[in-house]
Amino acid sequence: MKTLRGLLLLALPLALSGCHTVLMSPSGDVALQQRNLIITSFVLMMLIVVPVIVASLVFAWRYRASNEKAHYDPDWDHSTIVELMIWSAPLLIIIALGAITWVSTHKLDPYRPLDRIAAGKVVPAGTKPLEVDVVALDWKWLFIYPEQNIAVVNEMAAPVDRPIRFNLTASTVMNSFFIPALAGQIYAMPGMQTTLQAVINKPGEYWGMSANYSGDGFSYMNFTFHGMSEDDFDKWVAQAKSHGDTLDHATYVALEAPSEKNPVHYYGSVTPGLYQTILNRCVEPGPSCMNMLRMPGPGGSGGEASASSDGHAAMLMAQPQ
Amino acid sequence: MTLHSPDLGKLIFGRLTLEDIPYHEPILVFTFIGVAIAGIAVLGLVTYYRKWGYLWSEWFTSVDHKKIGIMYIVLALIMLLRGFADALMMRGQQAIAFGAHEGYLPAHHYDQIFTAHGTIMIFFVAMPFITGLINFVMPLQIGSRDVAFPFLNNFSFWMTVSGAVLVMASLFIGVFARTGWLAYPPLSELPTSPDSGVDYWIWGLQIAGVGTTLSGINMIATIVKMRAPGMTMMKMPIFTWTALLANVLIVAAFPVLTATLALLTLDRYAGTHFFTSDLGGNYMMYINLIWVWGHPEVYILVLPAFGVYSEVTSTFSRKRLFGYASMVYATVVIAVLSYLVWLHHFFTMGSGASVNSFFGITTMIISIPTGAKIFNWMFTMYRGRIVYDVPMLWVVAFIVTFVIGGMTGVLLAVPPADFELHNSLFLIAHFHNVIIGGVLFGMFAGVNYWFPKAFGFRLDPFWGKVSFWFWVAGFYFAFMPLYWLGLMGVTRRVRHFDDPSLQIWFEIAAFGAVLILIGIVAMIVQFAVSIMRREQLRDTTGDPWHGRTLEWSTSSPPPPYNFAFTPQVHDIDTWWQMKQHNWRRPVQGFLPIHMPKNTGTGVYLAVLSFIFGFAMVWYMWLIAAISFVALLAVAIHHTFNYDRDYYIPADEVGRVEAARAGASA
Repeated sequence: MKTLRGLLLLALPLALSGCHTVLMSPSGDVALQQRNLIITSFVLMMLIVVPVIVASLVFAWRYRASNEKAHYDPDWDHSTIVELMIWSAPLLIIIALGAITWVSTHKLDPYRPLDRIAAGKVVPAGTKPLEVDVVALDWKWLFIYPEQNIAVVNEMAAPVDRPIRFNLTASTVMNSFFIPALAGQIYAMPGMQTTLQAVINKPGEYWGMSANYSGDGFSYMNFTFHGMSEDDFDKWVAQAKSHGDTLDHATYVALEAPSEKNPVHYYGSVTPGLYQTILNRCVEPGPSCMNMLRMPGPGGSGGEASASSDGHAAMLMAQPQ
Repeated sequence: MTLHSPDLGKLIFGRLTLEDIPYHEPILVFTFIGVAIAGIAVLGLVTYYRKWGYLWSEWFTSVDHKKIGIMYIVLALIMLLRGFADALMMRGQQAIAFGAHEGYLPAHHYDQIFTAHGTIMIFFVAMPFITGLINFVMPLQIGSRDVAFPFLNNFSFWMTVSGAVLVMASLFIGVFARTGWLAYPPLSELPTSPDSGVDYWIWGLQIAGVGTTLSGINMIATIVKMRAPGMTMMKMPIFTWTALLANVLIVAAFPVLTATLALLTLDRYAGTHFFTSDLGGNYMMYINLIWVWGHPEVYILVLPAFGVYSEVTSTFSRKRLFGYASMVYATVVIAVLSYLVWLHHFFTMGSGASVNSFFGITTMIISIPTGAKIFNWMFTMYRGRIVYDVPMLWVVAFIVTFVIGGMTGVLLAVPPADFELHNSLFLIAHFHNVIIGGVLFGMFAGVNYWFPKAFGFRLDPFWGKVSFWFWVAGFYFAFMPLYWLGLMGVTRRVRHFDDPSLQIWFEIAAFGAVLILIGIVAMIVQFAVSIMRREQLRDTTGDPWHGRTLEWSTSSPPPPYNFAFTPQVHDIDTWWQMKQHNWRRPVQGFLPIHMPKNTGTGVYLAVLSFIFGFAMVWYMWLIAAISFVALLAVAIHHTFNYDRDYYIPADEVGRVEAARAGASA
């Protein structure tokens, strides 16, 4: 018992310093709302968890056999009022939490375009989100910027306060795209596309990774995410463009081969439609080409990624809005 | 292989070559030497003391549910050592692998370790533990002489052993899976996992799964059909209720696992595309199916533990269980709801908001009956006279620990929160919090509680308490830092870190693991000390804790037939009520007792299954075919065995009963 109490005391300063962990002090609005949700749910549950722990320990101590003063009632095994209480107390908490869950899950649905940049700041009308096509490779990340026509391995950047729309897929196995400071994770899966909408509010360098085990090089599948001012972002793009490499089918095939600890690499231009071909598993034409499977004939590379292009919808499991 | 050039080597050895023996990996070589020395020592001792015959005829071939239950628990404890060794290695690696230091485990090895740790702890520690306890306790609690199908019981046990041995074999021949314990495709498909690892995983689980499913059917039949007269469903002891529902879940869930693994097997062996990313395959289907099994599995493990807590709390509080009916309904509700929550294991796979919220909310609803149960244990202690023997200590530690684990579980059930916490060490901390704090604590409470029933002497309380305190303190030191690291954005299965500020937390966690190690050693010492001091710890009454249910009405250890006369049940706490009415053990009027005969068939079938599994792993088609045919032949042959029962004569029953009455007088 004493150990437990000691541990609880130890936990208190920890909880107070908790504000400094990345999940508890994120830099993106989506992650911030998720943080608030974690705290709300936590506090709500403390309403019942703390009394239960305290009461259990009090009962366990008070009714110890050596305490002759305590009332002993060996046949007391039912009380309608207590039963009513013990079923309804958790029920009430869960009704509250359930309502919060329904609302927040819809509000923070990663497919849903953002309606605010930060608390009290709505997205200005006509803002086009920054599109980033993300491919999880074995074992590095490829970020393709269709608008800027550049691509980067193991590094990405985005201007502060501009909504970002990530389209995610993978080359061979499942990974999970996760920048804890920016927003919660979403799986990146071969032949599928998932979507994540997020925004970064503070300039800085953030840590990104694969959160789903994907094989030998998984532990090094990390990248830096830069939140930048609009100007710095333009410079970053220009700097990437100045690198002569082109990411075409052949370069992609070479890049796709398993490798670990890849350094950051910039591609100054990208073959149009490459992301769609990757998504459709069609970089090297063959029987696995999904759009071929579905609709023979031309039109396989659907050009600019768009939610409704059903070139990749063959097995799209969820419904982008 | 064609008729013109029969490659005999390939036909016999398949893809197994000398290169698959990991003699170039020092860790494995030393492990092998250690295992070999210990193994030879055990075999030598058994031979020296001429115990082979005894072991074979009294234990291995036994169809007595009590002995099978004990063997299950021995298996669980042995496998716990293996699974825990894996845990220590992971904790060691993560505590040192920072920055320029790569740690001592390469990815190839580390990835096998975390896969084996999860697989072994769930399938070969937790499962045998609960099956063993149910086997030993449940028939005694319902006043039965054995389970419904005694031979099936023995067979189920040996199939579980066979699966465990196959998984262990991967340590020294070939490799184990490097996929995580649920082997998600596409990673577990042939192109990305071409070696023997996933195949060991598949066949180990398939063989053990046969045992689990059959044992589930057996237990359900036993509870439904073999209760003592007067024991209506609502008079069954709570442990029996939880055993019933756990086994209903087994029978409903394990076939899903079997079918899913079979489809994965077809993908890997026959080139089908059920779960590949190409040609119409869909690995998301696998992930759904595996969790349709996987989530009920969690409740298969925890429900019997809940049963143990109910029995222990009521016995050691010297009080009737508070809210029996509400306990029963809570258990039923949990069992039903456990099928409606599987998607919460992959909120991040891209389902829409409505689907995610539905599964989030169903998950939270489970916390209502679970919460009610916690309250019921609390109010059982209320106005009790609580005696703090070792089993009761585990209950108090459980309540506090499990409430924390349940709370973090509900937190993870909120989908947007899960997006941040999924696959993080927060999740790892959560499920260890409920599996160690819920399942394992319950099993330890159960072992300490029913040990005197099984062997006729109590476990040494001093070493029991040492083990208890180290386990509990170790648990908090090992897993609270992981919650913390989860909030720092650290995810699971990572072998190496760059951020030096994380290291201190991993070191604390490693320290916790060492405390748990001391707890485990203390437990082994507890067994050894108890055996040496068995005369002082002897219980001649058969009822050392002032128990309340029928298992305490017979002698310890119980005679092979359990009860000379089938008891009559009038109350939930039958034995308590019998004691209140000054029940006397009958001393005459015994009748011959009809008993099942031991058989070695279970062992033979399990050995053949092992050979078949091993041959399939290594593509040894010839041996696989032969062992499979042999398997069928032995099974069919056994159906012609008419020499399967015998009678214990009345005067022998009388003699045994007289000895018991003498001892307890």
